[in-house]
Amino acid sequence: MVPRPHTVRRVWQETHDTFTLELAPAAGDGAAPSSFAPGQFNMLYAFGVGEAAISISGDPARPERLVHTIRAVGATTKALARLRRGDTVGIRGPFGSQWPLGEAAGRDIVIIAGGIGLAPLRPVVYHVLQNRQNYGNVVLLYGARSPGDLLYAKELEQWRGRFDLEVQVAVDRAPATWRGTVGVVTNFIPRARFDPSEAVAMICGPEIMMRFAVQGIEELEMKSESIYISMERNMKCAVGFCGHCQFGPAFICKDGPVFSYESVRALLNIRGI
Amino acid sequence: MTEIALTVGTHSVLERASLDKLFAALSKRGFRLVGPTVRDGAIVYDELKSAADLPVGWTDEQKGGTYRLKSRNDGAVFGYTAGPHSWKKFLHPPAVRLWQADRADGAFEIKEEKPDAQKTAFIGVRSCDLHAIAVQDKVFLNGRYLDPYYQARRENSFIAAINCSQAGGTCFCVSMGTGPKAASGFDLALTEIREQERHYFVAEVGTELGAEILAELPHREVEGHEKAAADETVAKTAQAMGRQMDTTNIKELLYQNYEHPRWDQVAGRCLTCANCTMVCPTCFCTTVEDVTDLKGEHAERWQKWDSCFTRDFSYIHGGSIRATPKTRYRQWMTHKLATWIDQFGTSGCVGCGRCITWCPVGIDITEEVRAIREAPQSPKGSPTGDKHGNT
Ligand SMILES: Cc1cc2nc3c(=O)[nH]c(=O)nc-3n(C[C@H](O)[C@H](O)[C@H](O)COP(=O)(O)OP(=O)(O)OC[C@H]3O[C@@H](n4cnc5c(N)ncnc54)[C@H](O)[C@@H]3O)c2cc1C
Ligand code: SF4
Ligand code: SF4
Repeated sequence: MVPRPHTVRRVWQETHDTFTLELAPAAGDGAAPSSFAPGQFNMLYAFGVGEAAISISGDPARPERLVHTIRAVGATTKALARLRRGDTVGIRGPFGSQWPLGEAAGRDIVIIAGGIGLAPLRPVVYHVLQNRQNYGNVVLLYGARSPGDLLYAKELEQWRGRFDLEVQVAVDRAPATWRGTVGVVTNFIPRARFDPSEAVAMICGPEIMMRFAVQGIEELEMKSESIYISMERNMKCAVGFCGHCQFGPAFICKDGPVFSYESVRALLNIRGI
Repeated sequence: MTEIALTVGTHSVLERASLDKLFAALSKRGFRLVGPTVRDGAIVYDELKSAADLPVGWTDEQKGGTYRLKSRNDGAVFGYTAGPHSWKKFLHPPAVRLWQADRADGAFEIKEEKPDAQKTAFIGVRSCDLHAIAVQDKVFLNGRYLDPYYQARRENSFIAAINCSQAGGTCFCVSMGTGPKAASGFDLALTEIREQERHYFVAEVGTELGAEILAELPHREVEGHEKAAADETVAKTAQAMGRQMDTTNIKELLYQNYEHPRWDQVAGRCLTCANCTMVCPTCFCTTVEDVTDLKGEHAERWQKWDSCFTRDFSYIHGGSIRATPKTRYRQWMTHKLATWIDQFGTSGCVGCGRCITWCPVGIDITEEVRAIREAPQSPKGSPTGDKHGNT
């Protein structure tokens, strides 16, 4: 229940409002870094300001490099944005459910991300690329507001260059110099190379984008049990005590954030739940 | 006095005059005593010094949106029902410091708060509230995570239950299967009996500790007519419930009626004042507040009661998920009566009636269920029972 102090090892600015922190347990902590599963999150504490739920965006095979990608939107995330190398941050976690990498073994995978939603999916990409022979076709469809809002630009470029990964990127609006696609990420779904009858979909982004993505995938007659989404709700404790993250009968913090679409389909159609 | 073997489940007689000795025996063992007492025109739960602090000769009158204290002339000690407080005030307090942190040279250290080892005896816990405590036990102790602070408070508690000798105007424990007789979860359970010349308690032993405490007090084996008087007392109470709720398939009923027009109707009356969540003995939601001293070197994290009726409760960047009173009332009631069952395997409502009494506009959860049941939106809804919710 109490945050463990961690030291900031490195800070990268990803976009004008989003940055990545690499953390390690503070000297003298003694305990080994926690391992995590793709899709899980930590609570990050900025001294005196507050805590925020932030997905782990690093490589699950290298838990000693604890990596978080954060968009500065409010009090806590802006305080986290002021952290510099050597500063201390509190960590509780990891919490929550994981992307269905076991279930996806031997099958095609379609990853659909919007905006900061790529952060909790990046560990999936790392895992899949390290265990490439275990999976069929792998597709990453990523959308952002503008070219300047794309996360992990260099990595995206590398991934695009691989023959064993299909990467498609779209932005909502772009200057004339942008040579990529302008439009919604869901437009890629019908043309992407995966077998809908066999594939597993993993989707994270704004709720509205996830709705459209699910719709697009269902039109290909993909089974709804094979579709997974990651949900977001206000969160205070992350251990099911504070009540804030309730989503119908589910607690996002411990039953989620990753849910099979099948299990939350009815709730997603009700406004204000 | 005849000596009897006091074991779990046995009944004895404790004279009214011996009540103070119960308090003394608990104090001697280091228990802080808390129980009902009169303050500011209501019967609240607070620290008690002796049995004299109990609301002797008082009763309450409760209706939707109304609570009134009245004196009674029979000297009854427990002749009232649930008031504005519940035991969560002590077991899950309104404000708790979770930890403190001190910063020096950019780094900080966190000092965890120690679980509270204060032994507390709860005097006069009613059956609905015993069930409410059991509900919160499920929330804080029976899940994947365990709240060590709650656990310490629970392990250090002694519970003297009181079987209700009258029902309040907003009570419906019978509908919820939670009363009026305490069935488990107590150390001792008392039934107060007033006859022409006598005033005594029939005491049931619930635990070894309860037996030990009772053994230290003047007591004797219960006689047949005394036990019968106790049984009759609770039976009469059960017949006098102020409210009823038909709970048949209630989870399904609410799951199928998320878009029922009644939610708009009740939202037109609800002030989103959050009173109902504050008085409810099972509502457990909290928020946290992070504070620092003026120099910014000492920080603390406090956990405080929160309510799903506030707009901030469901805030995420860009706006609140439950931006309207309709969605907030629906969240509260659907949580109490439906999602709670999926989450914790029990109803989140124990029928204590507090939310009805303390709602400034008298919104009545039993009435809201009835309205939806009478005209369910989905054909799969199950409109059983007559117009008054009786089955
Ligand atoms: C499971 C999960 C994973 C997340 N992963 C990431 C991530 O990898 N990167 C990232 O940048 N953001 C992530 N978020 C969102 C992030 O938690 C919020 O942006 C952050 O809490 C905002 O806090 P603030 O104090 O800066 O903002 P304020 O607007 O000042 O927030 C006030 C309060 O509202 C709540 N709140 C506001 N927005 C959110 C939100 N979107 N989700 C949950 N609570 C919120 C918080 O309790 C916060 O204390 C995640 C959220 C969840 C639930
Ligand atoms: S919902 Fe109302 S009647 Fe039910 S337990 Fe809570 S306060 Fe009591
Ligand atoms: S139901 Fe009544 S007590 Fe509850 S928030 Fe609405 S007005 Fe307040």
